[in-house]
Amino acid sequence: MNSITEPIGKRETFRLWSIVVIVALLWVFLYNAIQPLSEWISYEALGLARTSHAGEAVAFFFYDVPKIMLLISGMIFVITVLRTFFSAERARRLLSGKRSGVGNVLASALGIVTPFCSCSAVPLFIGFVEAGIPLGVTFSFLVAAPVINEVALALLYGMFGWKVAVLYVTSGMTISIVTGLFIGRLGVERWVEDFVWKMQVRGAEDESANLTWDERFGRGREAVKEIVEKVWLYVLIGIGIGAGIHGYVPTDAMAAYMGKDAAWWSVPLVVLVALPLYSNAAGMAPILLALVEKGAALGTALAFMMAVVGVSLPETILLRRVLKPQLIAIFIGVVTVAIIITGYLFNLIL
Amino acid sequence: MKDIKVLGSGCSKCVATAKLIEDIAQTKGVDIQVEKVTDLTQILGYGVMSTPGVVIDGTVVHAGNVPARNKVEAWFAK
Repeated sequence: MNSITEPIGKRETFRLWSIVVIVALLWVFLYNAIQPLSEWISYEALGLARTSHAGEAVAFFFYDVPKIMLLISGMIFVITVLRTFFSAERARRLLSGKRSGVGNVLASALGIVTPFCSCSAVPLFIGFVEAGIPLGVTFSFLVAAPVINEVALALLYGMFGWKVAVLYVTSGMTISIVTGLFIGRLGVERWVEDFVWKMQVRGAEDESANLTWDERFGRGREAVKEIVEKVWLYVLIGIGIGAGIHGYVPTDAMAAYMGKDAAWWSVPLVVLVALPLYSNAAGMAPILLALVEKGAALGTALAFMMAVVGVSLPETILLRRVLKPQLIAIFIGVVTVAIIITGYLFNLIL
Repeated sequence: MKDIKVLGSGCSKCVATAKLIEDIAQTKGVDIQVEKVTDLTQILGYGVMSTPGVVIDGTVVHAGNVPARNKVEAWFAK
């Protein structure tokens, strides 16, 4: 009998879940221990004065590094496991036949929960188009997908609290829905490369419903390992810089450049700078936190974050295979404007 | 000999998948032929929308990400 198809017993499932619950409890314990521990290290063990530049910088560092790393790991694990229940094939089936409007909202939601890699943007685009899914709806999916970047989300929650994190998700969804609706209205079909319309895509098996918990948790673990390996150094450096700013830059120093009363062009400028950067939200975010504390407006900072993760140069280059330059330009342009508007809005309401 | 195709347009995950398969096959002493398929029409012909994808002897066995070690080992188990 093929060992892959033997059903995993209830006992095994219980065992796996028990391990996950225990690890989760450990995580909570560690998370709550960070604040007192970082203070102890800075003020008792190292003997730095509480209000000194060095004291504040060091405490910030020892508090934020473990906190960010814990948040990133936790967020990645949870989101990856959640995403094992979804797949591109499933999204395609759910979206085919849906019109604009409802389709855009659904596409946005699916974009968030479906596992997505920039390298799959092209086959996914073709697959969607071939299934008869309207272009605007497909774009809503493509814009929403990278927005819920687990690392960015973990950082925003860790540094600004849950309200900002929720705001980030909802604005990401809104931007993707509106962008998709808008592009859908423009009649851009003629700017899709001709061969796309002639492609035949066979339906493929969708494993998302058939995975065992062992496989799901396994994917979660692997994702944590893979991403943590990639970003830990950036986190360290980013927080190091952030700590320096926190401890040594006078309060309100940034207000003139990025604050609420800063020149009106600070939002678009910041977004434009962010567009070609596609990187580690990890390294950037602690710097943003420190800047915000020193007077930069939260809206500007969030717009920056969204522009970094939402528009990816590698993905755009890949999309050139299926989209003519005019459509790429429209796509980037519309997303950029949407992010800038969101930045202004947040500055007003936050 | 198993005929294995790794579907993907060349990103790091696709390369990693091909390497993983080759390494494990070599460790187990299984004779395989690995072909990297980057042509979109062919990839979509297998119905794969999320690369990397793995096709063994004509059947799609995996798609969406780099397969887990034990999954690849299971493919080569007799």
